[in-house]
Amino acid sequence: MTALTVRARRRPTFAWVGVVPFFMFSLAALGLPVGFLVIGSFRDGDGNLTLQNFADLTTGTIPTAFMNSVEISLVTAIAGGIFGFMLAWAVIMGGLPGWIRSAVMTFSGVASNFAGVPLALAFVFTIGNLGLITKFLAENGINLRRDLGFTIYSKTGLEIVYLYFQFPLMVLIIAPALDGLRREWREAAENLGASAYQYWRHVALPILAPSILGTMILLFGNSLGAQATAFQLTGGTIEIITIAIGRQIRGDVLHNPGLGYAMAMGMVVIMGFSILVYTLLQRRSERWLRS
Amino acid sequence: MSAGSGPPPFGPLGVMRSWLKPRPGSSPQKRRRSSLAAWVILLVGVAYFIVPLIATLEFSLRPKPTTLAYTNVLADPKFGGSLLYSFTIGIITIIVSLSIIVPTAFWVRLKVPGLRPYVEFVTLMPFIIPAVILVFGIIRVYSAKPFVFTATELGSDALLVAAYVVLSFPYMYRAVDTGLASIDVRSLTEAAQSLGAGWTRIILRVILPNLRTALLSGAFLTLAIVIGEYTIAVFLARNNQFGVYLSLLGQNKAFEPAAVSLISFGLTWIAMIVIALIGRGSRDRVTVVGAR
Amino acid sequence: MSFLELTGVQKYFGPTLAVEDFNLAAERGEFVSFLGPSGCGKTTTLRMIAGFEAPTAGSIVLDGNDITNRPPNRRNVGMVFQSYALFPNMTVGDNVGFGLKVRGRPRDQIRTRVAELLELVHLGDKGGRYPYQLSGGQQQRVALARALAFEPQVLLLDEPLSALDAKIRVALRHEIRAIQRQLGITTVYVTHDQEEALSLSDRVVVMSEGRIEQVGPPFEVYNFPATGFVASFVGTLNVLPAGVVDPASGRLSVAGQEIRMARPVEARAGSTLTLALRPEMVALGTGPDGSNRLTGRVADVSFLGSIVRIRIEIADGVVIILDVFNEPTLDLPELDASATISFPPEGPLVLASDAVAVAADEVAAAEAAL
Repeated sequence: MTALTVRARRRPTFAWVGVVPFFMFSLAALGLPVGFLVIGSFRDGDGNLTLQNFADLTTGTIPTAFMNSVEISLVTAIAGGIFGFMLAWAVIMGGLPGWIRSAVMTFSGVASNFAGVPLALAFVFTIGNLGLITKFLAENGINLRRDLGFTIYSKTGLEIVYLYFQFPLMVLIIAPALDGLRREWREAAENLGASAYQYWRHVALPILAPSILGTMILLFGNSLGAQATAFQLTGGTIEIITIAIGRQIRGDVLHNPGLGYAMAMGMVVIMGFSILVYTLLQRRSERWLRS
Repeated sequence: MSAGSGPPPFGPLGVMRSWLKPRPGSSPQKRRRSSLAAWVILLVGVAYFIVPLIATLEFSLRPKPTTLAYTNVLADPKFGGSLLYSFTIGIITIIVSLSIIVPTAFWVRLKVPGLRPYVEFVTLMPFIIPAVILVFGIIRVYSAKPFVFTATELGSDALLVAAYVVLSFPYMYRAVDTGLASIDVRSLTEAAQSLGAGWTRIILRVILPNLRTALLSGAFLTLAIVIGEYTIAVFLARNNQFGVYLSLLGQNKAFEPAAVSLISFGLTWIAMIVIALIGRGSRDRVTVVGAR
Repeated sequence: MSFLELTGVQKYFGPTLAVEDFNLAAERGEFVSFLGPSGCGKTTTLRMIAGFEAPTAGSIVLDGNDITNRPPNRRNVGMVFQSYALFPNMTVGDNVGFGLKVRGRPRDQIRTRVAELLELVHLGDKGGRYPYQLSGGQQQRVALARALAFEPQVLLLDEPLSALDAKIRVALRHEIRAIQRQLGITTVYVTHDQEEALSLSDRVVVMSEGRIEQVGPPFEVYNFPATGFVASFVGTLNVLPAGVVDPASGRLSVAGQEIRMARPVEARAGSTLTLALRPEMVALGTGPDGSNRLTGRVADVSFLGSIVRIRIEIADGVVIILDVFNEPTLDLPELDASATISFPPEGPLVLASDAVAVAADEVAAAEAAL
């Protein structure tokens, strides 16, 4: 340590003051409520610390609710991911006229927001008991419920409805990744002798895989958190976790608030985990597509 | 997350990246010969998306006379009332959200870039905390002492706005942050300061006017989210909220919900087209994922 | 018959003519450069050889086979892209072996060949790395190895060094040439850097606005430019307007000062000509007896490393640039000082607008003198 080293006293900076309103508000509107749920999940009816609530997650209809939610979300994430990718590919790289791309993108922006109540209603009007398609099929001798065993008020029905906002979300998010596929990669592959199939199999899909996978995870989380659509469609008859939590809020159940909080925590853990995986995957794909 | 070099195309905030021109620097895909597969996929997609809308239209026109559903709806005071209510709530939400976000984004960019990850993390929360859980927590906290807000109409309305502001954070912050990035806010501020301007003047006269596109985009998106929202409103017993009104209508009437659905879809379309038109020419547009 | 023949190749992009009547016959093992400014059609022509663009007219024949309409993945040409275009999801080794993999070669054969090529480009130990972990120069070498791995008949390079730093560029281009010589592979090299083209090629094709301006060995293109474009694009050039005083004795007047050409001039007395004069021809001072001399004002002295570039203003708008080797004992003129420069009577070339300015016997005479 040289003799010239002098520790100057820094004047305290108050630069962070500017962001105080933001953090205060977030604390009040977000932090406190979530914190309350977190703490509440570790407490029993008398206010003592306990893990019983989490143990109780395995009782009653709760496991079914989680399983249904996860199942529906997996199905819509995978199906939404695959067809959404195909649609994005079609309008971006499929050789279609340029205006179709803009139209599809704009529509996707609208459609990914057309969820909740109006969406559920729209599908009731389409394949519900009195729906347009139902009537059309009946006029041609096919009874949707009897012959095909299908009713919209089922898990499958819900999945079909959810796809309405899953497809567009996939299209919107994967489009930049498809744009990021550089023309030179395809040309280099062709130059080296690869067929279109070989290019997709060895170059394009591997490069896109983190993006596709990551977006599917986003779709998964998106579906998991959906409540309005399901409630409007099924009135709560299909047991999914968001509806179960909704019941907890209303206090329709045996008064065990801790259990409700634990259910909420369970959901948050799943969604937080999925966002984490998504971020990691996107970092990797970002690195490749920027290279 | 990249700090100053431009917004990340991926990552949770990047989710909101909308349809861009091909990124500069990378050669765009040359248009290949039209593929049959592409057309088939497109047609299947179009069919899937259009049919429910057509069905809704058809359903709304089933009563005799055909426009009965629409006339009933338009005559219903609750229709106009709920639209007005939601619209008002939306405007208030936008104002509150902007008042919080703009200074924050500005500060983070200029003064405390080290806090950026924390701010971004908070704005990402709506992706981890779905609406139903947020409202759960809000009700529990604010219906007990010392914050008994849920007991009063005004209190519940305030809670609604607060929740919607939280929901708007990802898009607002993203839009404003991107806008600030594209106008090189640091240089503008330093120039203004060297010319003698104070902070208020800087924000009001220098920064905000240049952010118009970003602000309008964020505002319209927030409005679209708010008007259609159901979950938070219903649990806060805000039956005047448009989403709740529509839900109740759907449970009680047959044809009127179809008319209202179509109207609401039309309104969303208009909002989106306005956003697209505003955003034309700006380097970045924001996409929204709203109520589920 | 030559190894790679382009005959009457033409390319329209919509209404725009990008390449016009391109004819070239390259021998086996020859290194040919396409040299020209942006937009001259050199890259488009290269891409037509590779198959990424289809010519609107003309034919491309490789080793006797007409490949004009063959898809790019069946042409057996190897291409090195300006942006390297390495596959980011594969290691260096997998990148290099890709061409062999899609041809279905057995794995151990691929492994051996990849090792061979990585050695060739001096990246033997980098096989397991990913492209983003390598520097620009290293990535380009991988791209070269990848293009050569499947033993193509022709190697195409599209401005491969333009994204690299100057020092690396110089080192790498020597490596490329050395490898090319070692393998004896016919090569087409596109660049806008005339130093690259001149130092590497057996022949240079100078292009401008879709047309070939001149084809020839570097020495010829540099010293005997066929057109004004070639003269000004290749190397630094002094362009001087000169009035004809006496055509028979070759006396001309530059900014009022008289000079003499080595040969009679084919023009009428009183008309104006354009002269091209290389800086290397010009020296400071009065020079030996019989030299042409011009006097002017020192306008600028630029230190360019190993040479010093001096600008002398003879008259308004008439400037002569000359280069002097940088030595410690150099006595540089001062700015605004008066200076005399000299050049031999054989120095200047007469340029007409686009016509060939050099008679064939002059070319022969110069080459015979070598």
